[in-house]
Amino acid sequence: MSTEPVVPAPSSGWETVIGLEVHCELRTQTKLFCGCRNSFGEEPNTNVCPVCLGLPGSLPVLNRAAVEYAIRIGAALHSTVQASMFHRKNYFYPDMPKDYQISQYDVPINAGGWLTLPGGRRIGIVRAHLEEDTGKTTHVGGGGRIHEATRSLVDYNRAGVPLVEIVSAPDMRSADEARAYVDELRAILVATGASDGKMEEGSLRVDANVSVRPAGSEEFGTRCEIKNMNSLRSLGRAVDYEVSRQIQLIESGGVVSQETRHWDEGAGRTASMRSKEEAYDYRYFPEPDLVPVDPPEEWVASIKASLPPMPSERRERIAEMSGLPAGSEAVVTVVRLGLDDLVEAVGAQGADTKSVGGASPAVAAIAVKRAANEVASDLAGAANLERSSFAKLVRMESSGQLTSAQARTVLKSMLEAGGDPEVIAEGLGFEAMESGGLEAIVDDVIAAHPEEWARYSEGEDKLAGFFIGHVKQATQGKADLKSASALLRSRR
Amino acid sequence: MPRSITTDDVAHVARLARLQLSQEELTRFTQQLAAVLDHARDVESLDTTGVVPTAHALPLVNVLRDDVVTPSLDRATVLAEAPEVEDHRFRVPKILGDSQ
Repeated sequence: MSTEPVVPAPSSGWETVIGLEVHCELRTQTKLFCGCRNSFGEEPNTNVCPVCLGLPGSLPVLNRAAVEYAIRIGAALHSTVQASMFHRKNYFYPDMPKDYQISQYDVPINAGGWLTLPGGRRIGIVRAHLEEDTGKTTHVGGGGRIHEATRSLVDYNRAGVPLVEIVSAPDMRSADEARAYVDELRAILVATGASDGKMEEGSLRVDANVSVRPAGSEEFGTRCEIKNMNSLRSLGRAVDYEVSRQIQLIESGGVVSQETRHWDEGAGRTASMRSKEEAYDYRYFPEPDLVPVDPPEEWVASIKASLPPMPSERRERIAEMSGLPAGSEAVVTVVRLGLDDLVEAVGAQGADTKSVGGASPAVAAIAVKRAANEVASDLAGAANLERSSFAKLVRMESSGQLTSAQARTVLKSMLEAGGDPEVIAEGLGFEAMESGGLEAIVDDVIAAHPEEWARYSEGEDKLAGFFIGHVKQATQGKADLKSASALLRSRR
Repeated sequence: MPRSITTDDVAHVARLARLQLSQEELTRFTQQLAAVLDHARDVESLDTTGVVPTAHALPLVNVLRDDVVTPSLDRATVLAEAPEVEDHRFRVPKILGDSQ
């Protein structure tokens, strides 16, 4: 029996609108405004000092590396990197000992931008600003649930850790698209070096603003902000649940109220979280202890120049090499797993005509498929896979020296134990069929079945399979069936 | 002409700041804050076309430090300042509503 709650499919006639806020912890050595270590999983309250504890008389000083990471993120998201300043966001909650969080308000370091989903859709970025993380509260007693807790315990190791908050435009239209956006953003953040991308450790945290509206409507419905989703899967489930809840509410005559809702993974539903009045009045004002940040143009330019190619560019490159669509599963997988260099290696071993990077599209497409299938399903083995050996194997398959089934077998063996594909193929008895040998076999098969050959010659195409079957049998599966088909057609 | 500040405004801001004010204090602070806002209004009447907004009194930008670890405080010293401690963490009363 499934424990999944039944989430009815959204009624037709409604459109879902999703905007996401992603908090990304930066991989600096130290916190945003003090020299305490930025490190996950340490003993509680060991990385704290007067600045991050908010003790009187302490003063924050901005971490240069955090600014650089923020600029890297902005550049990767096509944002405008601009002069910015910090504000205090005031609220009373024990996760911030200062009773305010230093954040950016009306002038963020990165304004605007976009990213491109593998399917080609462009999602707008509103801003990507710097702020400090809060401490970690754990609610204890009453089985760990907030409402039943008897007390809360606070660890300030995380208080002051640098974050970049990336706010998307309300451009996503389904839970799948929201997941694809986070997946793509995570890949970009990892590529910039700013993040380790670990959602399970909280280095990447996602809040979703979800609303629904009648299909075709230009106006937005009232949105709810969903928190506490710890994986892409939770995000998808939470959005689906929330969409159904809002549609049902409206269809039964109710009204969606703007509020923050907490995703309960176990129960599979969202629940209203913050009910206190004035919760949204943060009384932002300029942080008097910090001066503005105005990154010099040369600095921004050198940071931009140091960025590696982003996933969308890499997908375009692989697509161009192989002729496969940039959004195809194989291309997306190759780039997500960083296997681009395997495809490039095949190009490096050849100078095919009509090639991008040395491999013809047909050869590169074989490399993409092998990388996205066999290599992707054995990443431990992939770490030891010689690029040149992989390239050699792909060349053996593309030339017909190995059938695709044989190539897969040889590759699996290479992933398990390394080695040269030629030696492995020989060891497995996959001797190359001389093309002359194949011709002789095809002719023998034709000679042995004159009646079928006559019908095939008169246009009964489906008999090709009959002949190929016999060629396969006669060669114990070693024949390159594409070549055999070509021979068959040439004899007709 | 913008409306001037009322005792309701002051009571609202005081609530946000968790300040408990007596009726007499509310009246007094409303008068004082109104005087401050009147002064701001005087400044507002000046022509500031072409004047860059001032975010800070200091003529400085980009005060940055290198990303180098400096020693943190000793935990026992830190937790000695906590009203209550449990499991090396600050123990606080049960919290309603989640953190932001």
